[in-house]
Amino acid sequence: MTVESTAARKPRRSGAKRSTTARDAKKQPEAQTELVQLLTPEGERVEHPEYAIDPTPEELRGLYRDMVLTRRFDAEATTLQRQGELGLWASLLGQEAAQIGSGRALHDDDYVFPTYREHGVAWCRGVDPTNLLGMFRGVNHGGWDPNSNNFHLYTIVIGSQTLHATGYAMGIAKDGADAAVLAYFGDGASSQGDVAESFTFSAVYNAPVVFFCQNNQWAISEPTEKQTRVPLYQRAQGYGFPGVRVDGNDVLACLAVTKAALERARTGQGPMLIEAFTYRMGAHTTSDDPTRYRSPEERELWETKDPILRLRTLLTREGLADDAFFAELERESDALAKRVRDAVRAMPDPDDMALFEHTYADGHALVDEERAQFAEYQASFVTAEEGI
Amino acid sequence: MAAEKMSLSKAINASLRTALESDPKVLIMGEDVGKLGGVFRVTDGLQKDFGEDRVIDTPLAESGIVGTAIGLALRGYRPVVEIQFDGFVFPAYDQIVTQLAKMHARSLGKVKLPVVVRIPYGGGIGAVEHHSESPEALFAHVAGLKVISPANASDAYWMLQQAIGSDDPVIYFEPKRRYHDKSEVDTAAIPGPLHAARVVRPGADLTLAAYGPMVKVALDAAAAAAEEGKSIEVVDLRSMSPIDFDTIQRSVERTGRLVVVHEAPVFLGTGSEIAARITERCFYHLEAPVLRVGGFHSPYPPSRLEDEYLPGLDRVLDAVDRALAY
Ligand SMILES: Cc1ncc(C[n+]2csc(CCOP(=O)(O)OP(=O)(O)O)c2C)c(N)n1
Repeated sequence: MTVESTAARKPRRSGAKRSTTARDAKKQPEAQTELVQLLTPEGERVEHPEYAIDPTPEELRGLYRDMVLTRRFDAEATTLQRQGELGLWASLLGQEAAQIGSGRALHDDDYVFPTYREHGVAWCRGVDPTNLLGMFRGVNHGGWDPNSNNFHLYTIVIGSQTLHATGYAMGIAKDGADAAVLAYFGDGASSQGDVAESFTFSAVYNAPVVFFCQNNQWAISEPTEKQTRVPLYQRAQGYGFPGVRVDGNDVLACLAVTKAALERARTGQGPMLIEAFTYRMGAHTTSDDPTRYRSPEERELWETKDPILRLRTLLTREGLADDAFFAELERESDALAKRVRDAVRAMPDPDDMALFEHTYADGHALVDEERAQFAEYQASFVTAEEGI
Repeated sequence: MAAEKMSLSKAINASLRTALESDPKVLIMGEDVGKLGGVFRVTDGLQKDFGEDRVIDTPLAESGIVGTAIGLALRGYRPVVEIQFDGFVFPAYDQIVTQLAKMHARSLGKVKLPVVVRIPYGGGIGAVEHHSESPEALFAHVAGLKVISPANASDAYWMLQQAIGSDDPVIYFEPKRRYHDKSEVDTAAIPGPLHAARVVRPGADLTLAAYGPMVKVALDAAAAAAEEGKSIEVVDLRSMSPIDFDTIQRSVERTGRLVVVHEAPVFLGTGSEIAARITERCFYHLEAPVLRVGGFHSPYPPSRLEDEYLPGLDRVLDAVDRALAY
């Protein structure tokens, strides 16, 4: 990879004694020089020698639509949490390009292993967004059939899913199938042993898996510098596969690089690591208070790189979308928000007896015993009420 | 040649071979399981006959072994993974507890994870630390897992077949100090239910319940007690999750006394659960409190001390005497 080799020759950053928690605004331009970028923050198309892409106007509008609807869905979920309809929400605000770009690179029979923030990828996979809310409302731990959209359940334990992704990819290779796996994780997750083990396994077995790290700069309150001393994408080299850093706020670059990486994997060339350099604009979750650990200036800086804005600039300047398009999308957003709101409020609590369902596939004597006891206990109230 | 006398480890090997032959989706995974045949040679010859794609030497990473086995199971495979020794399962404990055990429930039954985790466990072989532990209660406590342990070659063969056939994740504890004990295995038999306990010696005065490596000790204790005119019934539990309380209950209703024996520490162990349940179920049949014999609340000791730590004939017989004295 040219990107990798130029980066490798860069001198190491000086000033090792500096406080590692202090955010370094100067870091941004430096990061930029390593980024694969196809659409600048000003909405200009730029070429990249390795990752060319030529989307039609319709495709560009489609990517824009996906990002806008995903952002709207996310905002609605945040609101619903504030209104007490959801216990928690993990917002993707700012990460739309990373998710839509990578998500739209997938083929139908590819398989995705997400963390808990991949609402945009779920959208690309055709998972009904209302299904994503059940676990945040507390009515289930998943709520969709992973196999009907090839989109696995959200994974809360950091890094675990990268191993499932690798194993699944090993299975694809065994089957001789023409598919690949896309595994998502964060910069914080890169410190987990499971992620390291998944790199080892995928390299050793040449598994068709693409690791997509959304480096949104923060793991709750900890900056990336608390997880790593080298740029994350460079880790791949030590495991024997390529790593590349892409502008995570550039939907075209994310699309192009993920497409190439998935194609590499599908054609038997093994794993690849993509580090999408992006930013979490909101709080980690609705329980988080980012004002305790980061400055408003930092967010303002990243707002100038807003993934949606820059594609809108391109669409408008090139005359690829007219006012009617934007107005129609606005209506569609409103309708989506309403549908989500209504669906959440109508979401029933699970039945009491659901406690005893699905713990085992083949049944279990203890579960049977406890189910019977609980049913009898519950029934005793009904009997008592009837007795009055 | 349906019935054949073989060692417990040979029976597991034969069982794995049968599974590999009868279902192309079955895979063996673990450290050193290939050319070496595992550190206990349990997988001996399997890679030679089924190839590196079916009998897979993995990187030395336990979380990776179980985590990738989960992914393979999601893709339709039935992995049987080997953890080299009991004390080394803990790097994989996270994957087993947070992922393997729960995915079926989280998916509301849509996802099945037919993964078997084989763990050679228990002491008595003079090993260094982390090679002699009995962590079964830590797994039995977790909803979503099934936990079993054979005590003889026939069960070793059949219970593993049944575990591989199960759509639930099964933790299969192998009593490593019994690996070389031989007994009759009828590979054409129709096995009983996987999670049923079995009365392996009938008796009238007291029930000894044990599993895995301690079944032999319990049988020896019953034989010794018989010389003193005591009639001891021995129940082989075979399964620690679920536990077949019905069989224990029926036995205790006959004998009126129960002593549970295992190598694992007594505190909060399998025996505690059995004592509590049987007391609930058999309160009016019990002539004595349920007693437990097992390991101490200490790290598994250096091997020169393991005979003191492990319940032997004398400690079991002492408990029998105490129960009979009530
Ligand atoms: C094993 C584990 N440890 C801690 C947590 C609590 N936790 C949830 S999210 C998070 C930060 C994750 O950061 P990162 O991987 O960068 O992903 P991001 O949320 O920023 O997308 C932590 C510490 C967890 N879920 N799992």
